[in-house]
Amino acid sequence: MKPRPPTGRRIVDLLVRVWAVISALAGIGVLIWILSGVISRGIGALNLSFFTQLPAPPGMGGGGVANAILGTLAMTCGATLISVPIGLLSGIYLAEFGQESKVADQSRFSANVLMGMPSIIVGLFAYALVVLPLGHFSGYAGVVALAILMIPVVTRTTEDMLRLVPNTLRESALALGAPRWKVTLAVVFRAAKAGLITGILLAVARVSGETAPLLFTALDSPYWFTSLSGPTPNLTVTIFNYAMSPYDDWVQLAWGASLVITVGVLAFTLLARFILRTRH
Amino acid sequence: MAKANPATSKGDAYFTRLTAICSMIIPLLMAGIFLILVIQSWPSIKKFGFSFLFSEAWNPVTQQFGGASSIYGTLVSTLIAMVIAVPLSIAIALFLVELARPEVSKVVSTMIELLAAIPSIIYGMWGMFVFAPFMAKYVQPLLKDTLGFLPLFQGPPMGLGMLTAGIILAFMVLPFICAITRDVFQLVPNVVKESAHGMGATTWEVTYKVTIPYGLVGIIGALFLGLGRALGETMAVTFVIGNSHQIAASLFAPGNSIASTLANEFTEATEPMYISALIELGLVLFIITYLVQVVAQFLLRRMYKSWSVGL
Repeated sequence: MKPRPPTGRRIVDLLVRVWAVISALAGIGVLIWILSGVISRGIGALNLSFFTQLPAPPGMGGGGVANAILGTLAMTCGATLISVPIGLLSGIYLAEFGQESKVADQSRFSANVLMGMPSIIVGLFAYALVVLPLGHFSGYAGVVALAILMIPVVTRTTEDMLRLVPNTLRESALALGAPRWKVTLAVVFRAAKAGLITGILLAVARVSGETAPLLFTALDSPYWFTSLSGPTPNLTVTIFNYAMSPYDDWVQLAWGASLVITVGVLAFTLLARFILRTRH
Repeated sequence: MAKANPATSKGDAYFTRLTAICSMIIPLLMAGIFLILVIQSWPSIKKFGFSFLFSEAWNPVTQQFGGASSIYGTLVSTLIAMVIAVPLSIAIALFLVELARPEVSKVVSTMIELLAAIPSIIYGMWGMFVFAPFMAKYVQPLLKDTLGFLPLFQGPPMGLGMLTAGIILAFMVLPFICAITRDVFQLVPNVVKESAHGMGATTWEVTYKVTIPYGLVGIIGALFLGLGRALGETMAVTFVIGNSHQIAASLFAPGNSIASTLANEFTEATEPMYISALIELGLVLFIITYLVQVVAQFLLRRMYKSWSVGL
């Protein structure tokens, strides 16, 4: 076999390396571009009244989105309360009992597919399930939509984290005579605690920035948040409505709300990564 | 087995059943979503039949609905996104695994993953107020001057439109494709790579002829996962696509996608047929993304299974 001259191959290799570096820089560049855009435009809108007052009518200036912040917190908490128990329990089934069985396989597969489902479809589902029978938009419908988005995320991370717990731990607890449920909840859960918290935080981070599933479930409202039984103010739909409005001061409020949401979501995401990293 | 304590075994039976019921909720939800979409869109399916998929008519006044422009916009914006995101994300994965030092790789990796954490609506805000003006001022005139002979790049450079939506979608799906491709590159055993290096192959040759063929199933799975994301992305697209129910040859022209039509019109729709037609659009999106996800899961599962057995 004749040895091939290396020059051409080296040049191709060099070009690919350069392209790889450029791509990585482009990825980082977009992140910095977005974050700097949100910070520079949003920071001006943040002041005391932004966090304490209702939105002002256009042209008046001032005003805030305190109601939307409260509404978003309430709906995220509601969705977390519903989805975390269901997600943890179904994760336990997949990791501890179901394992390779057909039922578990079906559930795992559906969870993966549901995680990739467009969130607006889940919004349509919650609309048909809650809004139509009740006859009006409500925060409950928003909570249902967000919970549906969270369940598969919590389930899959719970399963992955429980599977990392070594079997010897289970066996020693069982050998002491503890029933299986106690072994799972008291021993396996404790061993996997950091991972479970990470999964929940990531799920919360994901849904707290969601807009599409709230558009026709929780809708939005310019009034104080009082209960989840009517249209519920929330940050993301407020951003959508205000950004599309022709009023400069509303657009300004939308940028402020964007900054709050971005900081919140990124903080949760980084916190989750940090917890996992300190443990492993 | 020795005598089991009846109290504990009973508790275990209940516990197992409870967890099994919870894990059945997820497949039931999937089936429920499909069923409800079919039921709600039935009036529209019955009235328009298959022509719904090919008709461009979208007129709430005369109650004539066809989803062609939305379906077309969904497919075209996704195609643009994939054309841009695939070479970028594979190159970034290559950078992370083969080229960068571990410390650099860790930092860059985190930053790329943060791109996935940024909410869709933030991409929308940034896209409409920052990126679209940038496109109108620099990118679109440049494309027009160089490739303007193609019908794709004609018309006024407005910033908002199909091309801008596709590019922003590319940024959004990039981290998803990149994360899995990176895992695939990392999972290829070092022995295999080192043998190729030992034969005198360059880094690119090792990647192109050894790593990529070795992990091809996984990489294709990653592409399908990204595809599924791009198809259903709502808020970012709604902000920048321009929202017009016309199919235009030019990528500069405004268009719409299934998700953006739903986001824009659903709360305004009052007539039952209008709502039903919108939900039928949702059903179409559900079916497309479901099929894409099934392919992605099938490929990824095959890869992980064959690797855990084969090695």
